[in-house]
Amino acid sequence: MLDLVLFLPLVGFLLALLVPAEKAKYFALIFSLVLFVISLGLIGPVLANPGEYSFVTDTPWISTPNIRYHIGLDGLSLWLVILTTFLTPLAVLVSWNYIGHRMKEYYAFLILLEFGVIGVFVSLDLFLYYVFWEVGLVPMYFLIGIWGHDRRIYAAVKFFLYTMVGSVLMLVAIIYLYLKSGTFDYTVILQQMASGQLKLAPEEALPLFLAFFVAFAIKVPLFPLHTWLPDAHVEAPTAGSVMLASVMLKMGTYGLVRYCLPLFPNAARECAPWIVGLAIIGIVYGALVALVQPNMKKLVAYSSVSHLGFVVLGVFSFNQLALDGAVYQMLNHGVSTGALFMLVGMMYERRHSLEISDYGGVATQVPHLATVFLITTLASVGLPLLNNFVGELLVLQGAAMVNISWAVFAAIGVILSACYMLWLYQRVFFGRTSHDTAHHFENQDLKTREWVAIVPLLVLMVWMGVAPMGFLAPISVADNKTLQQSKLNVELKVTAPAPPALPGSAGTTVQVAQTAAGVNNAR
Amino acid sequence: MPANLWPSSTDLLRFGPEILLTLIGTLMMVLEPLLDNKRVFRTLSLFTLLAAIGVTMAAHGVPGLSYANMIIVDGFATFFRLLVLGVAILTVLISGDYLEKEGHESGEFYALLLFSVVGQGIMACANELIMVFVGIEISSIASYILTGYLRDDKRNNEAAIKYFLLGSFATAFLLYGVAWIYGLTGSTNLTDIRTVLSSPNFTNSASLVGMSAALMFVGFAFKVSAAPFQSWAPDVYQGAPAPVSAFMSAGPKAAAFAVFIRVFLTAYGPISDTWVPLVGIAALATMTIGNFAALRQNNIKRLLAYSSIAHAGYVLVAIAAHSTVGTQAVMFYLASYVFMNVGAFAVVTYFARKGERYVSIDDLSGLAVRQPAMAAMLTIFMLSLIGVPLTAGFFGKFYIFKAALDSNLVWLTILGLLNSAVAAYYYLRILVVMYMREPGEATNNMDEAPFALRLTVWASALATLVLGVMPGLLLDVAGRWVLAVGR
Repeated sequence: MLDLVLFLPLVGFLLALLVPAEKAKYFALIFSLVLFVISLGLIGPVLANPGEYSFVTDTPWISTPNIRYHIGLDGLSLWLVILTTFLTPLAVLVSWNYIGHRMKEYYAFLILLEFGVIGVFVSLDLFLYYVFWEVGLVPMYFLIGIWGHDRRIYAAVKFFLYTMVGSVLMLVAIIYLYLKSGTFDYTVILQQMASGQLKLAPEEALPLFLAFFVAFAIKVPLFPLHTWLPDAHVEAPTAGSVMLASVMLKMGTYGLVRYCLPLFPNAARECAPWIVGLAIIGIVYGALVALVQPNMKKLVAYSSVSHLGFVVLGVFSFNQLALDGAVYQMLNHGVSTGALFMLVGMMYERRHSLEISDYGGVATQVPHLATVFLITTLASVGLPLLNNFVGELLVLQGAAMVNISWAVFAAIGVILSACYMLWLYQRVFFGRTSHDTAHHFENQDLKTREWVAIVPLLVLMVWMGVAPMGFLAPISVADNKTLQQSKLNVELKVTAPAPPALPGSAGTTVQVAQTAAGVNNAR
Repeated sequence: MPANLWPSSTDLLRFGPEILLTLIGTLMMVLEPLLDNKRVFRTLSLFTLLAAIGVTMAAHGVPGLSYANMIIVDGFATFFRLLVLGVAILTVLISGDYLEKEGHESGEFYALLLFSVVGQGIMACANELIMVFVGIEISSIASYILTGYLRDDKRNNEAAIKYFLLGSFATAFLLYGVAWIYGLTGSTNLTDIRTVLSSPNFTNSASLVGMSAALMFVGFAFKVSAAPFQSWAPDVYQGAPAPVSAFMSAGPKAAAFAVFIRVFLTAYGPISDTWVPLVGIAALATMTIGNFAALRQNNIKRLLAYSSIAHAGYVLVAIAAHSTVGTQAVMFYLASYVFMNVGAFAVVTYFARKGERYVSIDDLSGLAVRQPAMAAMLTIFMLSLIGVPLTAGFFGKFYIFKAALDSNLVWLTILGLLNSAVAAYYYLRILVVMYMREPGEATNNMDEAPFALRLTVWASALATLVLGVMPGLLLDVAGRWVLAVGR
């Protein structure tokens, strides 16, 4: 079934190229809705056992070197896949009138993007993972470059090159791991590491960790590698921004959790203070820059830099609370920032400007739009009972357990986010209306299509804020496992110089002791 | 010395492809003044090349040495023979309509093409330095003439002269290296040289042997357009008729790599410690020069020329790995490179139109709107040249850099892959103008592409994608036929 969800978009891409241009959007909408409904079927089995991989398919793909088509879904990737399939129909809806030319290719690329992104989240073979990682790049490049705003070409090329530089380094690391372990299969590599069969010396682990980390940090993006993001967001069409912010950035944070922590626990812990430092700088810097942006979309883009700083902070705090918060925050950011980009896009369709100074006092003309925007703003700011609050609270709490000053500095970002978002809201919706602006918004409140696009997101914001446990439970189990894997290897290092421990009662302790002895003997 | 110089039937079969191509090529020269319908030659050369493929496979059935150990038929030779024949077939398919439009279609062109392939076939199966030289010369001289084939065109003339002068110079170096190693070892046979060099009784100075290797490296590096002997390539590719550029960037280059590998792995195998670092440095320089120079090109043929320099650099990385998997990677890479590069040149050939008026990158503006299929094909080739997954180019690069890492060339791998990220920029520029600009004068009023050209483009694109999903198809063949290191 997971194979179906993964490969249907590829089929959809080809079909979208065959349908007539004027029918393309109907096809894309129906297709992505069907896919979403099918993907809902993934939830049940994964929830039943979120710590293990469900829907596993594992067959050889290429014999030399041994590359496997190995996919699976666990509590960590489940919601990200659902988020992707959930947002694609909404992205189609917001593009409905906005995209006026070359529609066939547009919707085809949107569906192809889904293929790449889902592939990244479900791959369990490092090589397969890399393939999808790159495949997702191409449709987004075209989405920005063809249907974007004035500086679209610059933004598209910058987006492609930044990601490419990061990913080739990751490819080197992947090949190196293969040569060490003899397999690309991620689960096998982890088993080898757990059993002590595969040992990475610190001087190997650190460069390998950095190679992975830089690739992910560019994608996240982490300060100071974030400069492609504002350009890409501002120039992308609405749906492109939505998909970019909501799911593509998560490819980076997902990679950090899925690969960096379990594969290189020691190196990750050694670098953690530096990375957290960058994350906190990102949180505060992103917020400060957002504060002074005259351009709405750029403001939201910088707020993304700030929000994702929280995710990185949570990941590198190495405890259950913070990691749960970080993963939850990935989803929250996907929902609320996705909604913000949609709303900004709707404003743009009316006023044809992204400059904040071109707006003012439009709340009277479009009260519904204003209300929806307000709810989204409050969610983004982190108001209790809305989704972001839960994630930020968990991250801050978890970070505080490690180092209280981390939480203090990061909390500044929360305060600043209230400043820039509310100020944005005030400048756009309140105040005096110029005649010119009013003219654009007359009788232009939300249309049915726009309601349909935005309401699911509002529902989710409230749902995820009021009843987070339904979402958090599987995440928590998967996170626990990730941390266990990560910790197991650390203990190895700690116990290695010590004399072989007494056989413990728990299975893991025995294993650790045995491998520790193995390490000792090896030395 | 063998007393009986009369070839046996096995000898004839082993040398069959070259004999066949020479005969038909000569026949075409004879028929040229007699036939008015020049299209006949198109068909004739196509069938000859197809027949040569059959003969090559038949020859592969009786592997071994022939003609006093001067040629060797093994998997490696067969692989490259098939490769150059494939390139020639694709070239014939795109040349016909081009030459007709230019009003220069003649038997001569196809005969020269066949002769060039003869030279490359000899290079692929040469087991002896004189044969190497003969092969290179046959291939090169035909290529010189093909470069200047449209003799009324100034660009063609300039390119041909440049290519000829520099090429002759480089071959002289090669020949000097041959003389030197003959003087040192008393043999021109690759296997014998190896035996002499690895024998403990060999007392000649290692630096003299190294010098002969260096001289031969100059000759080969020129043929594969490796730095610092790459400067001819952009001028020649830009000046030559587009189908000829396509041919030269794939066929002679692949054959030169084949002979490069055979000479250095076999004859100079015992002294690999001296030349492997040199190849590594040349690889790095070649990639870097090619990629960075390509960033600033506006002529698409020139851009592809620099890109082909850069790709020669990647192949050199695999040679520097000096391992069996490295050689296997070279074979896979060169074969996949044929499809993507000839495919790209085919689109350029179609787009340039009479007199090659439209060869600037900006001329491609809006091609995606006017000719979506053609633009999509060119996109596949460009993505493959960048090395995006699910294309042949990705696996080519992957195998090369995996081989390099296997041989602990960590820095070369990292710098090489970063190079390929730089390369993405200029390939993307082509996508940018095709997809993100409005159609201009050059993209309006385009004719339908001729059938043979469309066939080439579609087949190349299909092969690029198929190898990108199932690289095993080709890699297994390369693995069976690879020239093992330390044989």
